[in-house]
Amino acid sequence: MAAVNELHIDIVLKRFPAVGQASAVTAIKGLRFAVRSGEFVCLLGPSGCGKTTSLNIIAGLDSDFDGTIALPRAAGRPRPVIGYVFQTPRLLPWRTVEENIALVLDPAQARPGIVDELLKATGLTESRHAYPERLSVGMARRVALARAFAVAPDLLLMDEPFVSLDEPTADRLRALLLEIWQARPTTVLFVTHDTREAARLADRVVVLTAAPGSVQSIVAIDTPRRDRAEPEVVDRIRRQIAQPAPSA
Amino acid sequence: MTAKRLVGGGWQRTLSFGVLLLLWQLASLAADPRKLPSPRTVAGVLVDGIADGSLPYHIGITLARVAVSFALAMSIGIAIGIAMGRRPRLDRFFDGWLVLFLNIPALVTIVLCYVWFGLIEAAAIAAVALNKIPNVIVTLREGARALNRDHLEMAEVFRLGRAKTLRHIVLPELFPFIVVAARSGLALIWKIVLVVELMGRSNGVGFQIGTFFSLFDVAGILAYTIAFVAVIQAIELALLRPLERRANQWRR
Repeated sequence: MAAVNELHIDIVLKRFPAVGQASAVTAIKGLRFAVRSGEFVCLLGPSGCGKTTSLNIIAGLDSDFDGTIALPRAAGRPRPVIGYVFQTPRLLPWRTVEENIALVLDPAQARPGIVDELLKATGLTESRHAYPERLSVGMARRVALARAFAVAPDLLLMDEPFVSLDEPTADRLRALLLEIWQARPTTVLFVTHDTREAARLADRVVVLTAAPGSVQSIVAIDTPRRDRAEPEVVDRIRRQIAQPAPSA
Repeated sequence: MTAKRLVGGGWQRTLSFGVLLLLWQLASLAADPRKLPSPRTVAGVLVDGIADGSLPYHIGITLARVAVSFALAMSIGIAIGIAMGRRPRLDRFFDGWLVLFLNIPALVTIVLCYVWFGLIEAAAIAAVALNKIPNVIVTLREGARALNRDHLEMAEVFRLGRAKTLRHIVLPELFPFIVVAARSGLALIWKIVLVVELMGRSNGVGFQIGTFFSLFDVAGILAYTIAFVAVIQAIELALLRPLERRANQWRR
């Protein structure tokens, strides 16, 4: 019996039925792995290999699949709490930064002051009353990050959250993510197609095959994160991910 | 820039009304004064009506009927519209009914309501609301069909629940559709209310117009019309516009 604090993914088969002219597609076949409590795992694969589809299945947005998902859950919680950072920020344009974060909180359970803390941690205190349309792309992503951490998730799902940003901004946000995650540890499943990003962030990398997605290899990264700022180190990890040594 | 344009617009509008008034004056000089009384005569009737309290009383009664049937039609129409927009099966089942109700003439609804429920206030209100509800449903259904899936998925993952999702995601997103329905609703409802009053009530602007008609009192008809249009315009400017502005403040 699996421990309640691990994320267990066993997607036997996920098919998208034929619609109109498009024929049916098998998106995922035999995707099976586990994420330990508090672990940061990157799901790495080429586009179209079913990464977002698996996140949606794990998040419960898509229940039309064969297989089972076991979610981590903190003791005392009636059901698992999921934080999700989508590919686009998905903020509500009619609510301010602060109101967007507060919206997802359950007033009966949320710790008072949590919104202020996260605004501070993400450097958004000054912009708390701004509406999303007035924010830069990078700032909007920070709000999405703060919102996901605000619910104190048992599992944090992230779907290429830093895609389509310029590299310096994306890099700052990656550092910010690690900083907040270290202060508020939780289990993270982070989807990306960028090996460099996976090398920078993950404890372990789950490499997917091309569609239909399944696990090609799982690579553990032992290099401490503080040493991963060096480009040579990242390159070494990238090679390790690309051709995992049998011992790894 | 904006202020200048507003001032300029106000000036043009005054001129435009002045020309209309002048044309009316000229026409009344040429016509039989009983068929088209001069602006001055109508203004006199208007002042007398306000002074003896009859005009504010009848307009007040009519406005109360407008308010109640408007609120009824909007809330029922929004609820059904969202339900049909979100549930394709429900939509397919009731679509035919909707088409039927959309095409029933207002007069038929009014007559049937009075026949079935009697010449009572509730029948009058129901008749007006029933005339408006199908339009609200159609407008809101369009909006609900096109609801942003990204936002709804966000609400689902973060477990916002039905009430919070409705209040903070669905209704704000549908707000432009609600405003359209409200605007056209007000315009339609106050016209139908007059017919309902003419046919089955013993007070209100519609009843007064009917009385004036039987007395061939064109000045009275015009005085009530002008007063009523002014009040409706004031409501639009003082209530609907600021509400819309407030709800749209987040837009760039």
